[in-house]
Amino acid sequence: MKSTKVLDAKGLACPMPIVRTKKAMEELNSGDILEVHTTDQGSKSDLTAWAKAGGHELLKDTEEDNILKFWVKKG
Amino acid sequence: MAKTISTKELAQKIINHTKIIILDVRNTDEFDNWKIEGGQVEVINEPYFNLLDSVDPVANKLSKDQEIIVVCAKGGSSEMVADLLEEEGYITVYSLEGGMKAWSEHLEPIKIGDLKEGGSLYQFVRLGKGCLSYFVQSNGEAAIIDTARMTDVYEEFANEKEVRIKHLLDTHLHADHISGGRKLAEKVGGTYYLPPKDAEEVTFDFTPLQEGNDIIVGNTEVKVQPIYSPGHTIGSTSFIIDDTYLLTGDILFVRSIGRPDLAGLAEDWVGDLRETLYSRYKELSNNLIVLPAHYSFAEELGEGGEVSARLGDLYARNEGLQVEGEQEFRKMVTENLPPQPNDYQDIRRTNMGKIDPDQEKQKEMETGPNRCAVEG
Repeated sequence: MKSTKVLDAKGLACPMPIVRTKKAMEELNSGDILEVHTTDQGSKSDLTAWAKAGGHELLKDTEEDNILKFWVKKG
Repeated sequence: MAKTISTKELAQKIINHTKIIILDVRNTDEFDNWKIEGGQVEVINEPYFNLLDSVDPVANKLSKDQEIIVVCAKGGSSEMVADLLEEEGYITVYSLEGGMKAWSEHLEPIKIGDLKEGGSLYQFVRLGKGCLSYFVQSNGEAAIIDTARMTDVYEEFANEKEVRIKHLLDTHLHADHISGGRKLAEKVGGTYYLPPKDAEEVTFDFTPLQEGNDIIVGNTEVKVQPIYSPGHTIGSTSFIIDDTYLLTGDILFVRSIGRPDLAGLAEDWVGDLRETLYSRYKELSNNLIVLPAHYSFAEELGEGGEVSARLGDLYARNEGLQVEGEQEFRKMVTENLPPQPNDYQDIRRTNMGKIDPDQEKQKEMETGPNRCAVEG
């Protein structure tokens, strides 16, 4: 999947992954795709709920070697 | 920087029925699944990510001069939100140290009573999960029933009381939390007891609980008397302590009864459950004080934070004890089963010694409410 921007939030604890994601998203245009990498297990449910609340679309998420990756399309 | 509050301080407030407002900033699914309850707690939920730009979403639910305790999963987001509230002029804001993860582990000892020949009985209330364990001490010795995973709490308590922990008993093989009984027995050189019928698959040595083999705590007459009472599990065993207290495990609670499906099939064990509740327990004295292994509803916490009731009173008002017909009882039980506790199969395997997850994993497995009761 082609992402407009990649945000590395690995090693950050809650709430920082979402804080950084929100900030990065503000710099993108509607329809752009932000790819987020985190290591905080809690970010999965939080990112899903945050995207939903903000009108963004979580296109895909993966987990490999304890690294969570998310692709979020800006709404 | 906002102040923090420890789980111990929060527990004291709940037990003392102090009026408190909790702002839980986890996402709403997690909040709906499991939250802080009890006493005079008022809790509102607003996920932290809705408060990053402004605290307006909670402004009409909070007033600036009241004490507010902000709670999240681990303590990071609550600290941020507490700071944001302070910046907006809220005067007394605390962040719960360690969040729900720490809350799940807190144990609060509450004295239930003195024993006839000296010694006393304490109930350890795990407010975050609704689990209850018991500490019986007499004449320099102690027995613990349904020990939680956080064994250091009991060790410290035993040191304080200057007693030696000798007996560790589990009423049954637990499915909602990891037992600390075996670990603590190994550490202090005590004996770990389990009902043999629940222990057919365990991978370690234990001492079987048998009716007729009373356990004596101290040199005095403090008797721990096992009563075979199947239904929640096939081996479930109750204890009569000092001829006064009936520890019912997960068979009978204050407001409900145990569910029979976590270790097998509800259909198979519902008959045993009925037999225990409607025949075996009925033969016991109505004056026994029932002390269960769990509670499910905040209202079950008594004046001093304890969970207990007279057996005779439960026969009069516990809804699970009012269903006379067998078919009707079967229907009530099997149709009112809540979702299973988080990770219950792995928790059972851990308690059997079949798997040995690391500490972090064990904490995670235990998140959420106990869900050991039939609801309805």
